[in-house]
Amino acid sequence: MTIETKRPVPVGRKRGLRSRGGGTVNFLALSVLAVLFLIPFYLILRNALSTDAEITAPGWMWFPVAPAWENIEKLFSDPSVPMARALLNSALVATLTTLGTLFLCATAGYGLARIPYRHANKVFYVVLATLMIPGAITFVPSFVMVSSLGWISDLRGLIIPTLFNGFVAFLCRQYFLSFPRELEEAARVDGLGYWGAFWRIVIPNSGNFLAAIAVITFVGSWNSFLWPLVIGRSPESWTVQVALSTFLTAQTVSLSQLFLAALVAMLPLLFVFLFLQRFLVQGVAQTGLKG
Amino acid sequence: MAVSAATAADAKADTGERTPRFRRGGRWRTTLTFWCFVAPFLIGLMVFTIIPVAWSAYLSFFDATNTVSPTPDDFVGFGNYTAMLTDPAFQDSLVTFSVFAAFIVPVTFACSLGLALMLNRVRVMRAFFRSVFFLPFACSYVVAALVWKMSIFNGVRFGLANTILDLFGVDEIAWLFRPDPPWFWLVIVSLRLWIQVGFYMILFIAALQQIPQHLYEAAYVDGAKPGPQTFWHITLPQLRATSVAVLMLILIAAYQAFDEFLLLVGTMPSARPPLVYLYQTSLGMQQELGMGSAGALILALLIALVTLLQGKFLGFGNSEDR
Repeated sequence: MTIETKRPVPVGRKRGLRSRGGGTVNFLALSVLAVLFLIPFYLILRNALSTDAEITAPGWMWFPVAPAWENIEKLFSDPSVPMARALLNSALVATLTTLGTLFLCATAGYGLARIPYRHANKVFYVVLATLMIPGAITFVPSFVMVSSLGWISDLRGLIIPTLFNGFVAFLCRQYFLSFPRELEEAARVDGLGYWGAFWRIVIPNSGNFLAAIAVITFVGSWNSFLWPLVIGRSPESWTVQVALSTFLTAQTVSLSQLFLAALVAMLPLLFVFLFLQRFLVQGVAQTGLKG
Repeated sequence: MAVSAATAADAKADTGERTPRFRRGGRWRTTLTFWCFVAPFLIGLMVFTIIPVAWSAYLSFFDATNTVSPTPDDFVGFGNYTAMLTDPAFQDSLVTFSVFAAFIVPVTFACSLGLALMLNRVRVMRAFFRSVFFLPFACSYVVAALVWKMSIFNGVRFGLANTILDLFGVDEIAWLFRPDPPWFWLVIVSLRLWIQVGFYMILFIAALQQIPQHLYEAAYVDGAKPGPQTFWHITLPQLRATSVAVLMLILIAAYQAFDEFLLLVGTMPSARPPLVYLYQTSLGMQQELGMGSAGALILALLIALVTLLQGKFLGFGNSEDR
């Protein structure tokens, strides 16, 4: 070890040098942690496919002998928790929220970044000031507004107030500031205005950025709980998370159905994770570091 | 940072205006285009953030129970504020938050940094490990609360935690169902840790990859040993900007903790963070919107104050770091 460190180190070989001894320990520690992190997923799967008797059995059962597929039918035919409706609501809310947020924040961000209006900075400071208000604190005031609009227990109340995300607009503005100006200039020479340049040049060339923002927004919207709980007062307007929480606090509860419901609530995001993880990671790096 | 970005925009905007095509349209046309882009967003921001906050500030001076438009008779001045600040339940919720923050902030920080460093060192299956640690981020707090409450820490014999304790001959623990001893903190902290740690780990990995390799090489040439020495003198100082940002993010997220507290210990008055308390005051059986608004504003001010102090203390906005 000491001999190696005294030698000038070739570029890129640093890790190889120091992990001689510690490498295996490091790998083993990571493996143990990975197993720990996966336990909750295993529990969801195990319990969702077991019968209630198997879950509460005295000896630990690693996996049900025969997967109880009939749980699926029972869950969706249970009238006390409208899971199918809740899934539809969640899908609608998350999709429309993502599309709406992206449209509104990208246009606003571009306008703030690129259009030489005299008072653009003052407008930008207004947006920045709203970022100082912690998101979750505004649920009381926003509830007041939404209830006076009559949007309680209404998908409009679930979606529209969440679209005007100052933080996303801020991120878009920062991104568009760094967009290569030459591309837009070329478009203008060809006779396009700002609107044309935005839609034909800027948006088609910002795929990665927009996808990252979209994935993060979708995940956040699908998983959000406080706002849907505040607004979704009647069962027809429950999202998956609200339905699940009602199920959780119900007096009589079937454990296997509960966990199956959790699995169903999580499944769409697992797919997002499997296929779009690259964008999610990129989105986290973007949103986190600039926050 | 915002200020410097804005001035950069000014500079760029000026060069943009020099393009001949835009001169012809004139100032009015530019103004109109600007508002076409920005107005829909700004109007929404007004309606759903700025006006509600102002309205809520107005309501906070009234006894607005079950109503959003109180009559002048209901005016109580600072009554709601004094009532809120002297309410033992509200004070308790602040204490609960402080205890929670004292656990969750350092633990999340250390674990996410640790994982990032370990991942940075491992040479095989790195993408796999990263995915596994990041995967809980796809899980909602509701789903996690369900697993924690009904399977791992359900307080009965067939729960996972008690099954494992039983192997070591330890008696069953009620975890969530008794406030004393406060085992519920372990449940709540481990849940949030599980969900969040991957998120901050990603931020640290991104920052670790930004550290120039030549710093380490220079240190090795000077005889430094890999390990604690380079960690304290190179890695940690280089991660300063990210560390400050991550600490703030963890703290702000902790302020807004709601889902898991409501679902796991919502019925336990001694374990109620501010948001759960506000939710139960303003939107529970009695819709005490005046009180709720006052509480929300007090909380917002507290958060702003702490963020500001933390920023000052840790030197946030030190532009050379960014």
